[in-house]
Amino acid sequence: MSLSGQAAVTGIGETDYRRDAGGRSVLRLQLEASLAAIADAGLAPREIDGIVLPMGTGGTVAEDFVTNLGIPDLRLSTTTPLGGAGAVAAVQCAVAAVAAGLCRHVLLPLGRTGRTGSRIGARIHQMPQFRTVGEFEAPVGALAPAQYYAPMARRHMELYGTTSRQLAEIAVTTRRHAILNGNASMTGPMTIEDHQASRLIADPLRLLDCSLESDGAAAVVVSAAEIARDAPRPRVLVTGVAEGHPDSPSAITQRPDLTRLGLAKAAPRAFAMAGVTPADIQVAEIYDCFTYIVLCQIEDLGFCAKGEGGAFVEGGALGLGGRLPVNTHGGLLSQSHMAGMNHVVELVRQLRGEAGAAQVEGASLGLVTGYGDLGDGTVAIMARG
Amino acid sequence: MTEMPRKPLPEPSGESRPYWEGLAAGRLMLQRCAACGRIRHYPRPLCDACHSFETGWVAASGEASVQSWTVAHHPYHPAFRGELPYTLVTADLPEGVRLVAQLRDAGPEALRLGAPLRIGIEENGEGQALPVLRLAGG
Repeated sequence: MSLSGQAAVTGIGETDYRRDAGGRSVLRLQLEASLAAIADAGLAPREIDGIVLPMGTGGTVAEDFVTNLGIPDLRLSTTTPLGGAGAVAAVQCAVAAVAAGLCRHVLLPLGRTGRTGSRIGARIHQMPQFRTVGEFEAPVGALAPAQYYAPMARRHMELYGTTSRQLAEIAVTTRRHAILNGNASMTGPMTIEDHQASRLIADPLRLLDCSLESDGAAAVVVSAAEIARDAPRPRVLVTGVAEGHPDSPSAITQRPDLTRLGLAKAAPRAFAMAGVTPADIQVAEIYDCFTYIVLCQIEDLGFCAKGEGGAFVEGGALGLGGRLPVNTHGGLLSQSHMAGMNHVVELVRQLRGEAGAAQVEGASLGLVTGYGDLGDGTVAIMARG
Repeated sequence: MTEMPRKPLPEPSGESRPYWEGLAAGRLMLQRCAACGRIRHYPRPLCDACHSFETGWVAASGEASVQSWTVAHHPYHPAFRGELPYTLVTADLPEGVRLVAQLRDAGPEALRLGAPLRIGIEENGEGQALPVLRLAGG
């Protein structure tokens, strides 16, 4: 049985991303986004019968949602702890669950207080997926994601001539999109020169290559495709979805090819399931914890060959009207770091034709990716229909 | 009076203790599968090639070459603030594994993919022996 077209994203919801959460708890934020998504799907909270919690941010559990939303009969409760790949992994899990008939309406809440709560650099070594680098790399001073990922970018630059100015193209285009969005944290314009003048964090990554630390929450509802015909909003079907894990998933250092992510394994499966090719994709929401990770995923998705990502992103190619509009909401770089659930929300918005000033005209087929921890990759292809 | 923050130290497991004890004794030790001979790193319980738990240890040759690098500029940990900027090199060992260590006696501008390196070991100022890398020859 193929999962293609078996489920739809029927509801989307987000909190305000423009300021810190003002003392609201992670659970409160997740409940706000969940209520918005459930209402958007035209459902009552009691109709939710599945919950998939991506990432595990904030320590909330399905029981919190049962209790607060008054869910009488939850039939599926699970987690997808793949870091930034978790949101799309949760979509995959929800699609499989409704296709199998385990449940009908699955809530996927993600929220965090990354701005006012604990800083990510201080937190990751408590996460089991970072245990190996915590023991063998933290003592020599490799302590944070930027430092683990930077050698991938440096190798790409040395092998293929990729430049920091090409990475800047990604940051600048993403900021331009954030400015079009009424709900983005970063609203000031950015130039390539601004990017080049920003301080080095982990060479070659500069401050403006790095994503935000944010407060907020985003949630979606995934429903069985047949039921979704009755939903109030235009139906957005999940036509392809896949997860892939990189070689040496616990330590990038030991990965045979530093420039190949788990997404390279997932992408062909998702495209085959959907029966489309990269050339068919009209809009792409690509996980952007760092600019280089976007460039590498563009290659691993097959939009261009390995090594050609730098040239691909030049000249506004990722902007509205460009050859592949990317992160039309402003992404993790400039909208908010909702670990990619805001990317899922934005793809649905685009395919419904509800993206306002950032709408890709006539978009009916798009994709969203996740990138987690030390290279896990996920991708969902969605179509209006 | 504020106490100086300590650097992160390894918490050796049963599998990794010989690695850390080797460094303390001035040698970089690598796990070698006792059944099939495959060398693996970082230390772990099982050989992924033949699935044997039987493990021996061999001393690394001390040679390496540049796979990639980064220069740390941002103070992610207060105990490393005084050392910034420092260069972290990802190095290929001829044994078929890699390590990451700080570069000594040269800056990142001297690095090229494949450039030969020598592995050294030094104490980190807090009693922990760690590998370091230097460009070989000159």
